[in-house]
Amino acid sequence: MSFWLIQSLNSLALGGVLFTLAAGFSLIFGLMRIANLSHGAYFMLGAYVGLSVITHGHGFFVALLAAGLAVGALGAVVERLILRRLAGNSLGQVLATLGIAFIIADFSLWVWGGDPQPVDAPAFLAGSTQLFGLVFPLYRVGVVGFAILLAISLWLLLDKTRLGMMIRASVDDMQMARGIGIAASRLFTIVFCLGTALAGIGGVIAAPILSVYPGMDSDMLPLALVVVILGGLGSLAGAFIGSFVIGFIYSFGQALFPDLAYIILFLPMVVILALRPRGLFGRIAA
Amino acid sequence: MLNKILTLAAVTTAVTALFTGPAQAAAGDPIRVGFLTVKSGALAAGGKQMEDGLQLFLKEHNNMIAGRKVELFVADSAGQPAITKTKMQELVEKNNVQVIIGPLAAFEALAVDDYIRKAQIPVISPSAAAEDLTQRKPNPWFVRAVGTSAQPTQPFGEYAARELKYKRIAIIGDDFSFGHESVAGFQRTFEENGGKVVQKLWSPLNVADYGTYIGQINPKVDAVFISFAGGNGLKFIKQYNEYGLKGKIPLLASMTAVDEGILKSMGDEALGVISAGWYTATIDNAANKHFVQGMNREYKQDPGYYALGAYSAALILEQALKTVKGNIEDKPAFMAALRNVEVPNDPRGVFKLDALGNPIMNVYIRKVERKDGKLVNSIIKTYPDVSQFWTYNRKDFLATPVYSRDNPVAANLEK
Repeated sequence: MSFWLIQSLNSLALGGVLFTLAAGFSLIFGLMRIANLSHGAYFMLGAYVGLSVITHGHGFFVALLAAGLAVGALGAVVERLILRRLAGNSLGQVLATLGIAFIIADFSLWVWGGDPQPVDAPAFLAGSTQLFGLVFPLYRVGVVGFAILLAISLWLLLDKTRLGMMIRASVDDMQMARGIGIAASRLFTIVFCLGTALAGIGGVIAAPILSVYPGMDSDMLPLALVVVILGGLGSLAGAFIGSFVIGFIYSFGQALFPDLAYIILFLPMVVILALRPRGLFGRIAA
Repeated sequence: MLNKILTLAAVTTAVTALFTGPAQAAAGDPIRVGFLTVKSGALAAGGKQMEDGLQLFLKEHNNMIAGRKVELFVADSAGQPAITKTKMQELVEKNNVQVIIGPLAAFEALAVDDYIRKAQIPVISPSAAAEDLTQRKPNPWFVRAVGTSAQPTQPFGEYAARELKYKRIAIIGDDFSFGHESVAGFQRTFEENGGKVVQKLWSPLNVADYGTYIGQINPKVDAVFISFAGGNGLKFIKQYNEYGLKGKIPLLASMTAVDEGILKSMGDEALGVISAGWYTATIDNAANKHFVQGMNREYKQDPGYYALGAYSAALILEQALKTVKGNIEDKPAFMAALRNVEVPNDPRGVFKLDALGNPIMNVYIRKVERKDGKLVNSIIKTYPDVSQFWTYNRKDFLATPVYSRDNPVAANLEK
């Protein structure tokens, strides 16, 4: 009993971390059709920025804000200077974003060194709690809460605001959107900036669980890819459901079939792609 | 026309031979040392510590070994076997190095094994611990400054059973050869001394989160033995504490899980972890004090696994060169000296190599304590002159298959 409970809680927490990572990826892909392979690197960069802010004596929430702003700003610059020149050239985009990922990884190594660094949870989430008679780190409960909050905010943003309407219109039919006067190029910058900012924030959110180390970018990117492919490219609801599905598959897969952890993780993705190429919640491409 | 071609061919051959022929350096020339480390990618932290250790040695020696100047060629393998091989070839064929210190990881060493034999280049390993490199598949050109994966865990298993009186232990290790081998050594001697390994879990090297594994630990064990490399120890021990297990079930660890290189990033959650290794910054002898002071002066940190390995590799090189009076050009004599080296002033104390090129040295049982504000690995017991074969007969040891994920068989696992 306690095994199922603790692994379920673990799955939820991992799902929460994955959602902060996958939401931005999904947003960018949905609008711009860019498979952003530097997304993991933005995630790691955010974690390092957060680490620096915290070690300079500022709080966890300042770190979240700083990481979001810094990484989001970098994303905007990258979109303006590089990615827009490659519009429609998906091979070029893949190579460029992969290159940016390498550059960020080496830059981080140069600035923050190679030692893994722990990050403490904010004081009010430090320590552990008794849940149903089990010890469970409080911070992980907080992460689940944060993911739900984030999902609701993103849903409100996309469904209830003018910006959201423009984004949805552009995702549905780019040419028509341009035709009715939506400044798609500015929208692209805003969305890419938002997507990378989410990755940066995700890095800080994940840091107290994963600690910050070189390689966390490439460790996490495949998980984000699986999440969005499973959930349906470009669908936020898909990313949300996908994150928790993967969270559960990953945790239980590793616990129940330790030798097959990666098969358990990637097999559902392969099966879903074979049966339903656009993913669980993906829309048919126009 | 034909004459012209022949002349051209002859000239080309002669010129090529002139420039690429074996570099027969005269005794006054510098000794060309290649250093293969990792400066980028996930293993870079260890690679940096290795480089620090080697640079400290050279600085202390004013760049002179055995009366000759040293010219150092540093190459970055990025921790990727294919690059390791290219870089090693470059060091040997382009830089004409005469001896190589490196590489870092076991899979890198395995990737260049054939090349080392072919190029006949003496290699001193500062880190790679894979058992068979100095056991069933010894390479005549390869010696190790450090031990094998199981060299410290074999005594540790006995210690856990006899002195800590543990009966039941759960094990979690990195799912790659170093994890498999170090765990196997521990399990073998622990069970031979009456203990039972009741649970064995393997986590992928790049595991995102240990929560899954910690949630599975059988609560009815006397201790948990962990074997992690790189930064995984940091992550695991922190989460072990968060799940409320610290203080409930004691932690035993491989040398690398609480290495000084990452211990400096840990907090109180690491206190009390008992581990086994061939080095700790707290070893009380003059050579080590000198080494630790040097590392703190130059790099503001205590040396651990990697820094010691490279520093010690340089000491081995120095000792072998002294034996041949600096004449590294006499390759057979130098190689013989290397294989029979005895280092008097190693920070670990006096040690020498066995017939297969692996050190026979003390193994220390260490406990994480806080001294003068920082975490250190204090020595609680010393096993003197431990060989890679522990107390087993060498021939019998080598007749059994190499330690692995399932060898020795864990017969006492409980579901």
